Amino acid sequence: MNKQLAGRTSERPGAALSRIPAALHGWIVPVAILLIWQLAAALHLVSATLLPAPSQIIGQAFRLLGNGELLQHMGISLYRAGVGFALGSAAGLLLGLSTGLGKLAERTLDPSLQMLRMIPMLSLVPLFILWFGVGEFSKILMISLGAFFPVYVNTFLGIRGVELKLLEVTGIYQFTRWQLLSRVIIPSALPNILLGLRLSLGTAWLVLVVAEMMGASAGVGYMIQDARAYSQTDIVFVGISIFAIVGKLSDSAVRLLEKRWLRWRDTYKG
Amino acid sequence: MASELLVIDGLSKTFSAPAGDVIALSNIRLQVRKGEFITIIGPSGCGKSTLLKIVAGLDTRYTGTVLLNGKPIEGPSIEKGFIFQEPRLFPWLTVEKNIAANLSLKNPQVRQRVNELIELVRLQGFEKSYPRELSGGMAQRVSIARALLRNPDVLLLDEPFGALDAFTRTHMQEVLLDIWQRNGTTMLFVTHDLDEAVFLGERVVIMNPRPGHIRSVLPVDLPFPRKRSGTAFQEMRRLVLNEFEKVEEPLYDVGGGI
Repeated sequence: MNKQLAGRTSERPGAALSRIPAALHGWIVPVAILLIWQLAAALHLVSATLLPAPSQIIGQAFRLLGNGELLQHMGISLYRAGVGFALGSAAGLLLGLSTGLGKLAERTLDPSLQMLRMIPMLSLVPLFILWFGVGEFSKILMISLGAFFPVYVNTFLGIRGVELKLLEVTGIYQFTRWQLLSRVIIPSALPNILLGLRLSLGTAWLVLVVAEMMGASAGVGYMIQDARAYSQTDIVFVGISIFAIVGKLSDSAVRLLEKRWLRWRDTYKG
Repeated sequence: MASELLVIDGLSKTFSAPAGDVIALSNIRLQVRKGEFITIIGPSGCGKSTLLKIVAGLDTRYTGTVLLNGKPIEGPSIEKGFIFQEPRLFPWLTVEKNIAANLSLKNPQVRQRVNELIELVRLQGFEKSYPRELSGGMAQRVSIARALLRNPDVLLLDEPFGALDAFTRTHMQEVLLDIWQRNGTTMLFVTHDLDEAVFLGERVVIMNPRPGHIRSVLPVDLPFPRKRSGTAFQEMRRLVLNEFEKVEEPLYDVGGGI
C-alpha cells in the first residue's frame, strides 16, 4: 500500500521539474520571485524607496556584515531568543510532563495555565514594561512565556496519547516508574514534543521582534525599527531576511531531530 | 498435589454493569501441572479471556482460590508471561530492544539470552529491525521471545494467532510447540479455533457462556507432532465439537443475542 502511494507520487511532477535535482526544488519559488523583483526594479516599475532591488539589499547586507554591525545585532537577538526559548520550552516540557502524568497536577495547574494561554501575548507588553522596564529581563521573560505554551500543550497531548495497550504490557513486565517514563511515555510522546518545539521556535521569533521594537538599543528588531525611522528600506529588508533565514535554519534543526528520533514511525511520507 | 503449578478452585468473577451484574465466571476449577500444555476453547463471552487475565494478575477482583506455586496471585509478576492477541511491541524500539524491554542489553547475560531467543523464534537477521518492518507473524514471535526472556513459570496466551492468516497461524503453532518442547514452559492457551485447540493441547478445556464455566476437560492423547489429516486427530476434533454442540444448544433456547 505504502509502496503504491510512493510510486504514484514520484511520477507526478512534470518532466521539466524532474530535470532539476530534488534537493533544489524548494529554491525554485524564491529564486523566481527574486528574478522578477530584480527585473521590476531595473525597469523602474517599483519605487526604490519602498521596494529596493534585491541586489541593493544584498549589497547593504554585505556592508553591514563588513562593518560588524549586523553580527552584533544578530548576536544579541540570538542570545535573547535562545535563552528565552530554552527557558520557556524547558518549563513547558516539565509542566507538560507533570500535568500529563498526574491527575492531581492536571486538576490544580492545567485550568490556570489554559486561561493564561488564552491571553494574547502582546497585551502583556505594557504590564511587563511597567513591572520590569525595557531591559533584557523583561524581553527574555516575554520570549520564554511565548515559547512555553506550544511545548506545554503538545507535551500534555503526547503523554495522554500513549496507548493503554502498551501500558498494560509495562504492567506485566513490571517496569519501574522511571523505565515507564524513559522507555515508553517519552518516546511515545516525542512526536508531539518535537512539534511543540517547532511551534515554540516560531513564537520565540515573533515575541523577539515585538520585544525589540518596544524598546531596545541593539538587536535585529531594533535595527529594523531604526532603519524605518530613516527610511532605509533596504536595511529593513536585510533584517526581515535575517529572521527568515535564521528561523528556517532553526526549524530545520528540529526537523533533523525528528528524522533521527522518529525513524520508527510508520506514516505516509509523501 | 505437589506437582500442580497452578490451582484454580471455586473461582468466580462478576462484572458490575449499569444494566445489572454480569457473571463472567462461575465456580471455575482447574489444576495445571508444571510443563503442561492446556488449551482453553469456547465461544465469545464464555469468560476465557477473563480467566486468563485473572491468572496473569491483571484482574484481581474475583472470589475463590487461584494459586501459582502454592501462592495466591496478587498482581502481575515475571513468573507469568502474557501474550496478547496483538503483538503490542514498542514501535520505537528495535526487535532486540523490544525483547529486552525494561532489561538492558548491555548486561551480558541479557544479551546472550536475547540472542538465544531470537534464534529460538527464528528471527535472525531482524535484530535491528523496527516493528513496522515486520509481518504479523514475526511481530508475534518477538512478543513471545519478550515473554520467554523472563523465564516465566507459565506462559498465558490470549488468542495469540487469531489475527494471522491460516498459513502463518499453522507455522506459528509449530514454532510454539517447538518452544514448548525445548523449554518445557507451562502453556495456558486461549483460542476459539477448534483445530488449534486440538493440535496444541495436551488437555482441552471447553468453556460455556452465561455464566462462564468449564463444561468439560478433554485429554488429547495424541503424540506430537500431530497430523491434522490423521483419523485420530479428526476423531478427537469431532469429540470436542460434540461438546460444543451441547454448549450451543441451550443458547438457542434462551434466544441469546450472539
